[in-house]
Amino acid sequence: MAATPLVELHDVTKRYGAGPLVLDRVSLAVQPGDFISLIGPSGCGKSTLLRLIAGLSPVSGGTLHVDGRTPEQAAAELAFVFQEPTLLPWLTVAKNVGLPQQLRGLSATDRAATSRRVLDLVRLGDRSAAYPRQLSGGQKMRVSIARALSLSPKILLLDEPFGALDEMTREHLNEELLAIRQQQAWTAFFVTHSVAEAVFLSNRIVVMAASPGRIHTEITVPLAYPRTAATRLSRDYHDLVAEVSRILRSVESAAA
Amino acid sequence: MPKRLLHFLLPAATGVIFILVWYAIRFSMNEEMQFLLPTPGEIIASFRDNGDSLARAALNTTEGALLGFAGAIVISAALALTLSLSSLIRISLYPYLMMLQMIPVIIFAPILILWVGPGLKSVVVITFLICFFPLVVNTTQGLISTDRNSVELFRMYRANRLQEILLLRVPAALPYFFTGLRIAAVLAPIGALVGDYTAGSSAGDGGGLGFQAIIYSSQAKYPALFATAAVTCVLGFVFVGVVVGLSWLALHHWHDSYERTDT
Repeated sequence: MAATPLVELHDVTKRYGAGPLVLDRVSLAVQPGDFISLIGPSGCGKSTLLRLIAGLSPVSGGTLHVDGRTPEQAAAELAFVFQEPTLLPWLTVAKNVGLPQQLRGLSATDRAATSRRVLDLVRLGDRSAAYPRQLSGGQKMRVSIARALSLSPKILLLDEPFGALDEMTREHLNEELLAIRQQQAWTAFFVTHSVAEAVFLSNRIVVMAASPGRIHTEITVPLAYPRTAATRLSRDYHDLVAEVSRILRSVESAAA
Repeated sequence: MPKRLLHFLLPAATGVIFILVWYAIRFSMNEEMQFLLPTPGEIIASFRDNGDSLARAALNTTEGALLGFAGAIVISAALALTLSLSSLIRISLYPYLMMLQMIPVIIFAPILILWVGPGLKSVVVITFLICFFPLVVNTTQGLISTDRNSVELFRMYRANRLQEILLLRVPAALPYFFTGLRIAAVLAPIGALVGDYTAGSSAGDGGGLGFQAIIYSSQAKYPALFATAAVTCVLGFVFVGVVVGLSWLALHHWHDSYERTDT
C-alpha cells in the first residue's frame, strides 16, 4: 500500500476554449520525494500539464489534487521554474531571490537571510549584489532556481529550465540540482526534451504522446541516489538512455 | 587617433567651418543688405545690450516650460496607468488623445486667451498640450509591454494587482517613459516659446522669449533675434541634458541601452 500521493491526477483533460483536446484523461499519482520527468514530442501537452499542477490554468475535466487540495489552495507549496530565467533586470540577484517573499509580505531582514541561504545553495553567494545582465546564462538559471526555493516549497515545477544552455552547463546544473535535493526533500516535476537529462535526474519518467496529449508509458529509473558525474559512465545509465530513446522514437514516429 | 579625441575634434571642426562660411557669406553681401545676417560678434554684443530683457524673458519661458512639462508628466503618468488597465479604455480614449495632439496651437491660442487670459497660464497650457502626447503614448506602451513570463511569475506567487503594478509594470515601463520624456524635453521649451509667441503678454514681469522676439522684430533688432534663438537652443539643451541625466540614474544599472561592452 503506497503512502498518500502528494499530487494526484485522475482522468484530467484540458482544452483551451473550444479548441482541440490538449490533454486526454491523464492519471498520475506522485509520492513525496518523487522526481518525475515529463518527456515527449512537441504538442504532447507536457508544459500544459505542468501549468495545470501550478494552478496557472484550470483543468477542463477530471480531478487534480495537490497536497489534498486544489492547486490554488496549495499555492504556498508550489514553486515554478520557467524556461527562461525570468529575472527582473532592475533588481539585484539578492532582491530577485527575495521577490516571492516580498510578495508574501515578509520583512526585508527575513528576505535578506533567505536570499543568502538559497544563493549559497546554488553557489552564487558572492554574486548577490550583481544585476542579472552581469550573469551568464547558467548563473541566471541558478538564480531562478534559488528564487523558486526561497519559499521552501514542497513541490518544484520545472519547465525545460536548462533547454537553452550548452551541454556542459546543463550537466553541471543537473548535478547541482540533485545535490540541492539531497539537502531539501522536495518533489519535482521536470519537463525536458533531453532523454539523458530525464534519466539522470528522475526516479520516474513519464513518456507522453501527442494529439491529443496523453501518457504513453511510465518508466522507473532504478539508479540509486546520490547520482554524480560518475553515474553517467555506468552501464545501467546507458542502457536506460537507450531504452527511453527507443520508446520516445516510437511515440514520435507514430505521431509523424 | 583615439576615438574620444575624434568625438571632440570633429564637431569642433564643423563649428569652425560653419562660422567661417557664415563670415564669408556676410562679407560677400552688399553693404546695405548686411543687416540681414549679423556676425556672431554682433550677436554676442547684442547680449550685452539686451541682457536684462533677454534674461527676464528666458526666466519667464523657463517657468512656463517647466510648469507645462511637469504638468504633462504627472497627468500623462496617471492617464497611462488608467489606459494600461484595460484595452477597452484604450480603444475608447485613443482617438480623442490623437485629436488633442492634432489641435493647431495657432488656432487654439486665441481660444485659450479667452478662457484663461494671455500670459503664463496660456503658455503653460500650450506647453502641456505639446508635451503630453509623446509621454502618454510611450508610458502606456511601456506599461502594457511587460514580459509575459514575469506576469505569470507574479500570478504564480499570488501577487495582488497593486504589487503587480508597482513592482513589475512600473519599473518595466521606465525605459519607455524616459523615451517619451526625452521627446517631451525637446518639445517643452519650443512649446513655451510658441505659446508665448501666440498667447504671451507683457503684463506683470513681461513676456517670455516668444513675446520678446516679437518686440525685437518690430524694433528691427536682428542681432537680438539671433540671440533669442541661441538662448532657446541653450534652454532646450538644459532640458534634454537633465532628462538624459535622470534617465542614466534610473536605468544604467540594469537596462541594455547602457550596457558597457568593456566589462
